[in-house]
Order: sequence, then structure tokens, then C-alpha cells
Amino acid sequence: MSMIFGVPFAVLSGQLLIGIINGAFYALLSLGLAVIFGLLKIINFAHGAMYMLGAMVTVIMFDALGVNYWVALFLAPLTVGVFGVLIEYFLLRRIAGQDHIYSLLLTFGVALLIQGVLTNIYGVSGLRYAMPDMFKGGMNLGFMFLPYYRAWVIVVALLVCFGTWFMIEKTKLGSYLRAGTEDSQLMQGFGINVPLLVSLTYGFGVMLAAFAGVLAAPIYSVTPVMGSNLLIVVFAVVVIGGMGSIGGAILTGIAMGVIEGLTKTYYPQAASAVIFLVMVVVLMFRPSGLFGKEA
Amino acid sequence: MTMMKKLLTSAVASALMVGGAQAEITDNTVKIGYLADMSGTYRDLAGPNGLKALEMAIADFGGKVKGAKIEVVSADDRNSPDVASSTVRKWVENDNVDMVSGLVASSVTIAATKILEESNKLGLVNGSAASSITNEHCTPNHIHYVYDTYALSIGTPTAIVQEGGKSWFILTADYAFGHAMEADVTRVVEANGGEILGSIRHPFPTDDFSSYILQAQASGADVIALANAGADTTNAITTAGEFGVTQAGQTIAGLVVFLSDVHALGTEVAQGLQLTTGWYWDMNDETREWSDRFMEETGARPTMVHAGIYSSAMQYFKAVEATGSDDSQVVRKWMMENPVNDMFAKNGIVREDGRMVHDMYLAQVKSPEESSGEWDLYNIVRTIPADEAFRPLSESKCKLVNK
Repeated sequence: MSMIFGVPFAVLSGQLLIGIINGAFYALLSLGLAVIFGLLKIINFAHGAMYMLGAMVTVIMFDALGVNYWVALFLAPLTVGVFGVLIEYFLLRRIAGQDHIYSLLLTFGVALLIQGVLTNIYGVSGLRYAMPDMFKGGMNLGFMFLPYYRAWVIVVALLVCFGTWFMIEKTKLGSYLRAGTEDSQLMQGFGINVPLLVSLTYGFGVMLAAFAGVLAAPIYSVTPVMGSNLLIVVFAVVVIGGMGSIGGAILTGIAMGVIEGLTKTYYPQAASAVIFLVMVVVLMFRPSGLFGKEA
Repeated sequence: MTMMKKLLTSAVASALMVGGAQAEITDNTVKIGYLADMSGTYRDLAGPNGLKALEMAIADFGGKVKGAKIEVVSADDRNSPDVASSTVRKWVENDNVDMVSGLVASSVTIAATKILEESNKLGLVNGSAASSITNEHCTPNHIHYVYDTYALSIGTPTAIVQEGGKSWFILTADYAFGHAMEADVTRVVEANGGEILGSIRHPFPTDDFSSYILQAQASGADVIALANAGADTTNAITTAGEFGVTQAGQTIAGLVVFLSDVHALGTEVAQGLQLTTGWYWDMNDETREWSDRFMEETGARPTMVHAGIYSSAMQYFKAVEATGSDDSQVVRKWMMENPVNDMFAKNGIVREDGRMVHDMYLAQVKSPEESSGEWDLYNIVRTIPADEAFRPLSESKCKLVNK
């Protein structure tokens, strides 16, 4: 078997594929953050909590009402999205226009609150969510065993990422959004309800996080703390891509998944640090990130 | 006034002590501090339900011991040795706490027992894993009750190697506990004629194990051992199931697995998993009776840690009752002389190094067909006799052991 730096080629290809799968997941999460920051200038530290809520709601809806995976894929993000709109309406709106640090602190507080309440109710061992029957098993690719579910995650995550990018960058609705946050008074003069637009945008960003949460429910332990570990990594991805750059968040997400996967093969101990190392290097040479606009 | 009272009582107490004639219970109260992780990674295996177990013990003892009332204070250690040290110091110096129970993360326990040794109070360690707690970190002021890494590495790996699982690959959480566990397993596997093909040290904590499972799978080892705990273990097992590890003929060995973990995984994912435990709720009528009462209080079945908290507290109250004293050395001496015989252990002996030595059990997780409900999770495969399960005193580095 041919070896690449001491690792068999087949193993390496497997790791690359896993990297792309995880990357698609990072992309989905960082996309929501980028949308919220890019359009609303809110640093959403509650993003991890919203991801966790997406997974928790999926499990709770299944246990209480028997809601299946496919319905949950729409219903859970919608529920969490509505919750997001309420947070925006009752809390974030009050600090609009203030320094970014206020939105960071406020959303961080909200995240801790949600996490604490759910820990008290559900504990930390994790809730069970069975893999939908049609995704059980996988295929042998020769170099690795690819579970069907992971293949599904990569396809659906990339579709949603592309759809969101297209909507914001290429459609009329997207141009309203961008214009509304650029000069809200002018847009209001044109008869567009900017505060509503802001609420809905926040809700949409939150929905993206919750959607990732639903995708995660069958493969990770669903616990109230599952988002807090991931949040900081996703923030690093957004910073590397350039705060607010939609395309940058997607591409960087995938790239970071791959880099992390390779690190796990060659030097696993560094796997949790490698993304931050990349962040440091990128910020040294491009302070506004790889795809960010120069300030 | 209270200051005056305190001075007077302690003066009277010390006068009596000097006299040595009578032992007695200081300030006519037996005060217990419950210190555990109440909100983090180890919450479900000890946490608030452990406090319930302690309160059950107090209620069962009648709320009083030798006429003195029993009181409890509790705190969240947040898995931080610093928080633990300052809490225990405050308890013993300001609140007259006589005994500290719970004690989960090993780092917390080592910090807390140092303070207990300085102030000559007693610690009953129920949740911690590290076997160093009664080895290089032993003190005359604590007892390690439920289990330890030595016992865990004797149990599961020995059984699996003897059943033919000769080649091993280890996934290790990259911190002190994981390294210790990896070393213990390696020793046991090699001593039984098996070999270690490789290991990976993964960051703690890790959510995504797919990359590591893939590497373990590619190693071709008979057994993939998990030298990690809590969410890391459950995530690794879930991922192994997803990647068809067991279907392809490899065995997963969880080295530190609690009932709460298996309950979270469910039998579909965890079936066939072998593990070592100090106690299981469904072993006999006595354990079931107690577990039913526990379940009424908490809504969950007890882990071995919960049962240990109850049992060790009962044993402590019996000691205070019998000696009429809450002095740590008097109580500890009684506990060493009187075996534990209750729903937790039969003929459990506290050794001079503070290790409570009792039978351990090798268990296997039931399949969904075998399991009759959400808490019907284990088949007990084998009893590991007490003298086999724990580190022999002849190998001890504890300062209290005269070899």
C-alpha cells in the first residue's frame, strides 16, 4: 500500500472525506453567525446554544409527540427560530446601535441561562435519539466505510449553504436585507419595515444553527452543553473567513474541517488547537480575514 | 455570644480530650459537607442525586446519631481543585463540618483531602477513579470507597483478553486520568499475553470521534479500548456504532462506564459492551429495594457512586454511634475494624491505606431484546473477588502502610 508521510493512502483518503463532512457542518454553523454579524452587526454568542436547542427540541418533540426526523428537520429550526425572534424583539433590539461588546455579553448571558436551565431539567449524560431507519448502515468505499447518514449530512449541509448564499447575494430580498442594514432610515423611507427585517434575519440565522443541531442529533450525544464546545471553534472559522463574509464562512468551514481531519491523523493532540493556530497566522497577515473586506 | 460559646465548648472539649476518659460529639452536631460536581460533566453520576442518597441515609438513621443532630451542607465543586480547597477550608474552619462526602473528580479529591489532613477531619471519597488516592496521595483522613482505576483495569481487560481479544488499540483522553488508565490497561493486557497495536491521545473533551474511530478500525485490532469517560465515551461508542465497528468483528471496551452513560446510550447502541462496576442496582432483593426507594426520590436508578454515598454515610453514622465520637481518627479506626455489610457490599474491608476493598463485577450491556425496560441494562457476567480487584498492599506506596 502506498504511504503518504507514514500514513497509508487509503487511511488518508478516509480522513480527508471525514474532514469534508465535518467541514460542511462547520460551514453551516458559521454561515448563520456570518449572516447575523454581516447584516445586523450582532456578535451572536448564543449561536452554540441555538444549535443545542435544535438538537434538544428534535429529541423532545420525538419523545413527547412522536415527531419523526423529517418533520423535525423543518419544525425544530422553525421553533428555535421563533424563539430567536423573541430574543431579538425583547432583548437585542434594546441595545441596537451600541458597541458590539454589548451584543456579545447579552447573547453570552442568554446562552448560559438556557444551558443552565436545561442542565437542571435533563442532566448532562445526553438524551437518546435513534438514527432514522433509512440511514442505518453504510457503504464500503474501499478505503473506508461511509455511513449513509454522513453522506446525507454533507449533501444537505452544502445545499443549504449554497441556497443561503444565493438568497443573500443574488436575489432582491437579499439586496433589501443588505441595504436595510446599510442605511435603515433610507429603506424605511421606501416603505420597508426594517425592524421586522432585522428580527427575521436574526431568526433565520438562528434557524441555520438549529438546523445543524437537528443534523447532529442522531450522531452526537444530545446534551445541554453540546453547543458550548463547538461555539468557539465556529467563531474562529468565521474570523478566519472574514467576519460577515457569507462565502468566506462556507469555504473556510470546509477547509478547516479538512485541516482538522489531517491533524487528527498526524498529530491528534493538536486537533483542538490547529484551527486557532490558523486563525493567528491569518490575522497576522490579513487582519480582516481571508475573504473579509478591508475596514 | 456565639464566639464565647464556641470558646467555652472547645475548652470543655479539649479538657475532656486531655482527660481522655470520654469521647464525645463536638457541639452536639454531626455536620456533613457534600462536595460534588453539581452542574458539569460528572453531574449525573454523582451530583444532586448523590445529595439525595446522603439525605436518605440520614433519614434512615433517624436524623440523629447518639442524640446529636445530623446536618448537611452542600456545594458545587465545578470540577475545580481551587474551588474544592476553598470550600472545604471554609467548611472545616467556620462551619464545624466533621465529614466530607461525595468527592468526584480525582483532582478535586486530592486537593480536598490535603485540607482534611491538615485539619484532621474525615473524607469519604465516592466518585473518584484515580487509584493514586490511596497510593501516593493517601492520608490518614480519608477512605476511598467505591472503585478505582486499578480495579477497572483488572476487570474488563483481563476478561476480554482471556476470551481471545489479543490485539488492542487504545483511544485515550489526553490528560492525567487518561494516561494513568492507558498505562494500567497496557500492563494488564500484556501480562495476560495480549499486545497493544497502537493508541491515540485525543483532546479532552472531543465531540467528533469519527476520525479516531476510522484510525482504530484501520489498525485491525481485535479490541478498541476507550480510556476516557463521560461524554467522550458515549460519543466514541455512538460513532463506533455508526461506522459498523462491532458488526465488522471488533470489540469495544469501555474502561470507565457508569449506569447513567449506558442509560443515555440505550441498549441498541451499547449492547454487548463489557464494563467493570462496583455495584449494580438489579443484583438482588436488597439492592432492588434500596434502588426503588432511590428512584421514588429522584426519578432515576442509582449509579454505583450514589449507592456508595449512601453506604459510606451509613457506615460513618454507625461508627459515630458505636464510639460516641466524631473525632476522625476514632471513627476511621472503627470503620477499619468493622466490615461493611449492607446493600452495597458484603464483607467490605477498609484497609490501612484507606482503600475500601470489596467485590467488583464484570458486566455486559443487554441487547434490546433482553432488556425489559429503560433501566434494565446489565448482565452481571462475573464477580471479581475483592482480593483480586484492588492493588495489593505489598505494592503500595502509601505512607501509612508498614511493609
